[in-house]
Amino acid sequence: MGEHIIEVSSLVKRFGDFIAVDNVSFSVEKGSLFGLLGANGAGKTTLIRMLCGLMAADAGSVSLAGIDVLKNPEEVKMRIGYMSQRFSLYRDLTADENLEFFGGLYGARDTEGAAGRSRILDSVGLAGMENTLAGDLPGGISQRLALACAMSHNPAVLFLDEPTAGVDPVSRRRFWDLIHERAEEGTTVLVTTHYLDEAEYCNDIVLMHSGRIVADGGPDEMKRRIISGPVFEISGSGASFLESVLEDESWVIEFSLFGDSVHIQTEEGMGLIDVKSRLLTLAGNNQDFEIEHITPSLEDVFLRIIDQSESEGEAVI
Amino acid sequence: MSASNINGIDYAAVLDSVGKSFQGKAALKSLSLKIPTAGVFALVGPDGAGKSTLLQMLCGLLTPDSGSLEVLGVSLPRGLAGVRPQLGYLSQHFSLYGDLSIDENMAFAAEIYGMKNYLYKRDELLDMTGLTPFRKRLADRLSGGMKQKLALACTLVHNPRLILLDEPTNGVDPVSRREFWKLLRGLGKLNITLVMSTPYMDEAERADSVAFIHEGKLLMTGSPGEIRRSWDRKILEIFCDRNRAAMPVLSRLYPEGDLQIFGDRVHLAMLQDGPEEDEVVRCLEDAGIRVKSSGPVRSGLENVFLSMIQKEEAVNG
Repeated sequence: MGEHIIEVSSLVKRFGDFIAVDNVSFSVEKGSLFGLLGANGAGKTTLIRMLCGLMAADAGSVSLAGIDVLKNPEEVKMRIGYMSQRFSLYRDLTADENLEFFGGLYGARDTEGAAGRSRILDSVGLAGMENTLAGDLPGGISQRLALACAMSHNPAVLFLDEPTAGVDPVSRRRFWDLIHERAEEGTTVLVTTHYLDEAEYCNDIVLMHSGRIVADGGPDEMKRRIISGPVFEISGSGASFLESVLEDESWVIEFSLFGDSVHIQTEEGMGLIDVKSRLLTLAGNNQDFEIEHITPSLEDVFLRIIDQSESEGEAVI
Repeated sequence: MSASNINGIDYAAVLDSVGKSFQGKAALKSLSLKIPTAGVFALVGPDGAGKSTLLQMLCGLLTPDSGSLEVLGVSLPRGLAGVRPQLGYLSQHFSLYGDLSIDENMAFAAEIYGMKNYLYKRDELLDMTGLTPFRKRLADRLSGGMKQKLALACTLVHNPRLILLDEPTNGVDPVSRREFWKLLRGLGKLNITLVMSTPYMDEAERADSVAFIHEGKLLMTGSPGEIRRSWDRKILEIFCDRNRAAMPVLSRLYPEGDLQIFGDRVHLAMLQDGPEEDEVVRCLEDAGIRVKSSGPVRSGLENVFLSMIQKEEAVNG
């Protein structure tokens, strides 16, 4: 295992009687993509503010790139970069001027000279666009410029908040390829998002609920662990009939509706052939359907864990 | 008449070669689209694709520069006055009054639409959205998910047949999003047509029908299943010990392939005549990369959208 760039230990933050972060501990490996997930009010924002040295803690410790963040909050700020959902670039400055401005703000060396900036812009695919106003750049390209600005000072840890919201799939793909390259070079990336498609790009995930970490692991490992039975998709014209009768079947554990299909999770160990024959019996005259074995999504995992946490009687607001 | 009937199918809206420009910049380029009556129709595309322009045109806020437009069987803009009472529009910044209570916001919405006897409908909508216990609370003091539901209830108070929602789930967490989708599906079953825009593919998977919009053009429309089945590729999912190192090996083996790297796995999208699974695994193992597991996975809407944009870009240079 590699070295840990972030170590959070027994961290607590209270606001009056409300415990926003409740004894949270985790560590993040250097060069990994780490996903911090949770519903609104789960405590993510409070936790991130403490990681960035923007908020004091009531108990516990945070170390980031070897800095004791709670003791030396100012020192950590030069070691982190931040890029938000709707990236904050100056629309009336050119790409080059934006990079110079943000680099100056962070005290970056590499962006002081035009040659250094040109090399950075080149590395994120903005060659030839140095003198274009940021406001005139298409969404996917201005997103990569924002990434270059957030990383101008070579931060040890890069925070991304819903980074690919609103960009097209081709640009999204290019963005995550860039992020994987930076991670390969040693930058650690911490992602927060409500769109769990984005969390699929992470190596490790923690899920927060009511101020606590309620689950952690790799995306695939979490899917296997949390969604124990197989998941099938039923589609075709017979699906809408099956939708009305499946709810009463005891072997169907979970049941969710999609546009023109139904997803079911069955008891453990059930195979495609077994499920199909049961459905054919139930379907009567509505035999026109298809069935396919599918991988559950991280959203399925997320919702399942939240449901379990709530049924265990934890306070939820 | 409340729909356009074409070949025996009822459509809530029909656009024929609709064009629209703002200050010489084309927002919609000769776009033709038919939106079936009842259910949820998702307009999917990145920021700036033309989704909001399209929605605002469907509710009569914008007039096409060219082409023709029929909404609920009536030609716009000519027949707008007659059809307006049947339309509901939820903008991106759901226009609630923060210093009014839930009840007062509902009263205000009813007033705007000239509804005299709205109290029964109000109670029904507050029950449906689960807001009844909070009806005296000021809108500013509601959670994000509750605000979103109140905005929807206000949009529904005058019994519209066609509801236009502009990115209604922006910033909403997965738990609230699940509840919101339940509401949308329930309304769709009541023969109401809901047209919503979203930049998110996982959301589009839940709609009854989908239209991909990119740079003012329609790339494809159909049910999520139809769209997925139309794709000419298949995906092989590979879990190996070194994902990054696997990439060049895979692109040498099959240069026509489309590779995507996730947190803990790699997806190789190939044409139907691509290499078999065991051939791919053998090739990786020969290169010293250990394959933990592999297998085919279902394609998502994002895969199809991505291919279509790549084809567009290839055509346009």
